[in-house]
Amino acid sequence: MKGRYLGISGLALILVLLCTSAAAADDEAEEGQKELLRISTTTSLYDTLLLDEMEEIFEGMYDVDVRTVSGGTGIAIERAVRGDADLILVHDVVRERKFIDDGYGLSRTCFAYNYFIIVGPEDDPAGITGMSPSEAMKTIMDEGTENPDLVKFVSRGDDSGTHAREKILWDRAGLDYEEVATSDNTWYVEAGQGMGPTLRMTNEMVGYTLCDTSTFAAYRSELDLVPLIEEGDVLLNVYAAIPVSPAAYPDTNCEMARNFVNYLVSDEGQDLIAEYGTETIGKPLFNPARGNCDLIGCTGDECALQLADDYCSLAEA
Amino acid sequence: MELILALDPTVVEITARSLAIAVTSTVIAAILTVPLGGLIHFHNFKGKRAVVNLIQTLYSLPTVTVGLVVFLLLSRSGPFGSLGLLFTPGGMVIGQTILISPIMTGLTIAALSGVGPAVRDTAVSLGASKFQAIFTIMIEARAAMLAAVLLGFGRALSEVGVAMMIGGNIRGYTRVLTTAIALETSRGDIEFSMALGIILISISLIVNLLVNRVQGNWWA
Repeated sequence: MKGRYLGISGLALILVLLCTSAAAADDEAEEGQKELLRISTTTSLYDTLLLDEMEEIFEGMYDVDVRTVSGGTGIAIERAVRGDADLILVHDVVRERKFIDDGYGLSRTCFAYNYFIIVGPEDDPAGITGMSPSEAMKTIMDEGTENPDLVKFVSRGDDSGTHAREKILWDRAGLDYEEVATSDNTWYVEAGQGMGPTLRMTNEMVGYTLCDTSTFAAYRSELDLVPLIEEGDVLLNVYAAIPVSPAAYPDTNCEMARNFVNYLVSDEGQDLIAEYGTETIGKPLFNPARGNCDLIGCTGDECALQLADDYCSLAEA
Repeated sequence: MELILALDPTVVEITARSLAIAVTSTVIAAILTVPLGGLIHFHNFKGKRAVVNLIQTLYSLPTVTVGLVVFLLLSRSGPFGSLGLLFTPGGMVIGQTILISPIMTGLTIAALSGVGPAVRDTAVSLGASKFQAIFTIMIEARAAMLAAVLLGFGRALSEVGVAMMIGGNIRGYTRVLTTAIALETSRGDIEFSMALGIILISISLIVNLLVNRVQGNWWA
């Protein structure tokens, strides 16, 4: 008897929930037929609140509701592959090219860049200060193997753009990533979380980690970590926007994605990127791609240029 | 699916760790809460109702809140930071024990209340001492009390807040089923997530069947 009663009240609860959610959906529809732009972004643009500010300005320019979901570059691209986004903002050129080659993305537009840095405890137990990125990684591994309690490296371990770059750094240091990232290596900690939680974990463990300058600046006040390695071409970090192809998903909002890309590379958008952060932390968090295309390796069509009016209609054909 | 059928070593390892941590939390919580529940049930004191109400409110203690509080306590700059328990399985056990204790205490009290006064009266009339009477009631309520413990275990196994915030999802050390699912989803590896999800659901199902079976015997 008791079980049946529970079952009935459970059913009733589900009904109530369904009704309320249906009502909520109605409310949304009544707000008017606003267009929707779904952006799947990497965390650094989101955690620094830059995208929030851009969204607000963009929504003032067009009658559009921008919905942003953030995650590592891995999931950011996966969402678009599944048709759950109209535009991706990511930072891993290898997977960006694959996304386009696979037919999901239209084209890559670089709009901002910053640098990766190796951060660690101020007293630098592994003694990497002043080294090149490759030397630093090799030294962290050597010292970590010797003294796993004293020297630790915390990896994102989540297939994000930062994790992808970390693998490149191990590779440049002449080390095999697969051998570095074995559970036998107690000095190598795979966090499997976003940049913010990974920074906190590194802070708690008094270890080293790889981070982008923007996210580090946003979290710096909570951390005892300091930037130790900041120079080297391999540390360049370029952010690119890729609209989802209407050929892959006909219902994607390509026009609005194009508008957003054009806003990103417009003078207004690039100016905002150039000065964003000056007020809060005293220096800009990102650098605009405008005028720096050669430096950041975005040549030709990939350079911060406006997308043509017939960009989407050409793609549909 | 192949991952489960082929018993992928990583999957097996994560599953075993999940079970080990949840079982440890449940055993510790049971040692604490079953006597506590009994103490509250068998004693009449001022504010008993309020205590029971409070315990019931804590049933739905949000996992992330427990995670946050325990994180602050165990953090390097927190009061217990020197123990070095943050980002260890031990820290996760502490968090999960706190998380499931209210529901286990509350359900123990409910289980004991479910034993009719006739049992106690019979025991006393047969010449049982106070302790023997309590013992008899506990025996009568054993099925419901076991169900309480299994429910606590289910919650410990399926929660993600404490596991992520206290454990930190470190591969080969504190990565459990729930945090691995969160990670693999954020990696974009949906298939692997599903495989882990199926394992988690299967374990929950088995626990649920156990609860039902235990209760079924009780009613019989």
